[in-house]
Amino acid sequence: MTGMINRFAKRLAAGLAALCAAAVPALPAGGQPLKVGFVYVTPVGDAGWTYQHDLGRRAVEQAFGRKVETTAVESVAEGADAARVIRELAASGNRIIFTTSFGYMNPTIAVARNFPAVAFEHASGYKRSKNVSTYLGRFYEGRYLTGLVAGKMSKSGIVGYVAAFPIPEVVRGINAFTLGLRAVNPKAQVRVIWTSSWYDPGKEREAAEALIAQGADILTQHTDSTAVVQAAEDRGVYAIGYHSDMSKYGPRAQLTASTHNWANYYIKRVRQVIDKTWRSTDTWGGIGEGMVALAPFGDAVPETVRRLVREKTAAIAEGRLHPFTGPVRDNNAVVRIAAGETLSDAQLLKIDWLVQGVTGTLPR
Amino acid sequence: MDGIDTAVAIAAGTMRAGTPLVLAALGELITEKSGVLNLGIEGMMLVGAVSGFIVTVLTGSVYLGVCAAIIAGMLMSLIFGVLTLSMMTNQVASGLALTIFGVGLSAFMGINYVGTPIAGLKPIAIPVLSDVPVIGPVLFNQDLLVYASYLLFFAIAWFLYRTRWGLILRAVGETHDAAHAIGHPVILIRYLAVMFGGAMAGLSGAYLSLVYTPQWAENMSAGRGWIALALVVFATWRPGRVLLGAYLFGGITILSLHVQALGYNVSSHLIATLPYLATIVVLVIISRDITKIKLNAPASLGRPFHPTL
Repeated sequence: MTGMINRFAKRLAAGLAALCAAAVPALPAGGQPLKVGFVYVTPVGDAGWTYQHDLGRRAVEQAFGRKVETTAVESVAEGADAARVIRELAASGNRIIFTTSFGYMNPTIAVARNFPAVAFEHASGYKRSKNVSTYLGRFYEGRYLTGLVAGKMSKSGIVGYVAAFPIPEVVRGINAFTLGLRAVNPKAQVRVIWTSSWYDPGKEREAAEALIAQGADILTQHTDSTAVVQAAEDRGVYAIGYHSDMSKYGPRAQLTASTHNWANYYIKRVRQVIDKTWRSTDTWGGIGEGMVALAPFGDAVPETVRRLVREKTAAIAEGRLHPFTGPVRDNNAVVRIAAGETLSDAQLLKIDWLVQGVTGTLPR
Repeated sequence: MDGIDTAVAIAAGTMRAGTPLVLAALGELITEKSGVLNLGIEGMMLVGAVSGFIVTVLTGSVYLGVCAAIIAGMLMSLIFGVLTLSMMTNQVASGLALTIFGVGLSAFMGINYVGTPIAGLKPIAIPVLSDVPVIGPVLFNQDLLVYASYLLFFAIAWFLYRTRWGLILRAVGETHDAAHAIGHPVILIRYLAVMFGGAMAGLSGAYLSLVYTPQWAENMSAGRGWIALALVVFATWRPGRVLLGAYLFGGITILSLHVQALGYNVSSHLIATLPYLATIVVLVIISRDITKIKLNAPASLGRPFHPTL
């Protein structure tokens, strides 16, 4: 109880300090720490999309020490609320602000117009301006690599995939995963269950149970909770985490996880603001840039598989391997990528078909 | 995959998915039968879920956790009771406030417990009964809270329609002035009914955080409190139909997941709406008799009681 009160008192003190700081007009850098703002769509929690961004924020603090001062605002609803929070951060002297959800796109652009001297970084969007950059990870590269692991480790040849909504980001992940899976296990198939919700631990759990009942011996997910990994642990099948390393929830079950790593990017961009070399850019970084990384392998993964994944990781990082390289057929057996060709970034960004090996069709 | 095995898996999943709805909806049924409309189920569930989880982590006992969840749910409903029964505030507004308060309070209480792993309640097979083919693994290889929900259902149905106290409760919900005139303590009875509803919502929350997905995550009830609330209305305040509606909703949710995994060519958006559509359609069809709806709906629902001397 006292711990909680202390915590509360600390938060209160921090809040007051922030208020006082806000009252002082922003001073140019020089002695003063550089203020860096972050806007999150959910609570930080212990795993997931926002948690990975917060790891990036902590890396910035660690890299620059007293030279920076970070502020994070959690659980900011997309829309009008976001504009208010972003404006407050800009007005209170933050020189670079990371807005980490797709729905912050328009509010970020709108607020940025009023604060030309502040650098804005919007994750996952496509609108840029003179002081708004965009950035995203090539998460499909990590998906491909985890697909290789699943292909090597599955005995039943059925992998269960719990997914939220059939948007390109999710479809790209399913396809890349399946391509990796079938590269080493050509007969394996992926069964997808759409939960129509980013976050519903109960439903994700039941989807996992349904997939296990249909013979899946490896599960992975593109939703925000850890329920799927936990279900795998309880039912004695394997799991592949996403967003974060989820081994805590499935110490035996998790083979590896495809994780997001924003630390390098955040440190680089903050340094550019300090050095006054920041420019508006569009970044789509993958394994090579360190934006996507695999979590440590679980004990069940044998050395041969680890070696294979390390080789392929290097190949992707050096640009020798692109997961979407033809010939690739969709799951109606139509050739979508001709032999030797690869999908362009533009095609990848709006992908709306499933590769061969995925059971089911996309809702239209 | 064997057809029977799949059917058993679907049915067993139905029981798990339906149980939190059964618990919360039966509690709300008693509350509403006394004439009080409590829209705060979602908030009470979440506070119950987080309290049960915290106590389980601190004491290592899931059973103490379940008790804590029940008490927490009751305390939340007591706040609602004081506001609406003693201070005569508007029930709809107070109930909504209770939900909003519960969402925030549970998040605050649970900050340090997000991601703490616990061993949840495991299924206990009932000897002999669990060996019956099909029915055994579905009904009698579940955890204690599912068994508790069976018992609570029968106890509540019996209480409401077969006991003197059940009759008094219904009388209070029907015409509180008449009940008051013949000497029944209307406010006290409503307090008890509200607190029973809170206890059941807390238990439902415990089911989520200690059994269904043994973890604490903010807002983990994901709207189930609202579904329970709607079930009571669509089931026209009858316990049997509440049970039917809850399992129907759970069953179609699970069925739709299995259908998707088998790869049928159906839109996932449409499938996501099915549990709602089917449950409403079935309940509306079986309860379309207006006279009977009037008979079962508590006539004083949502109306504050001012004792006139």
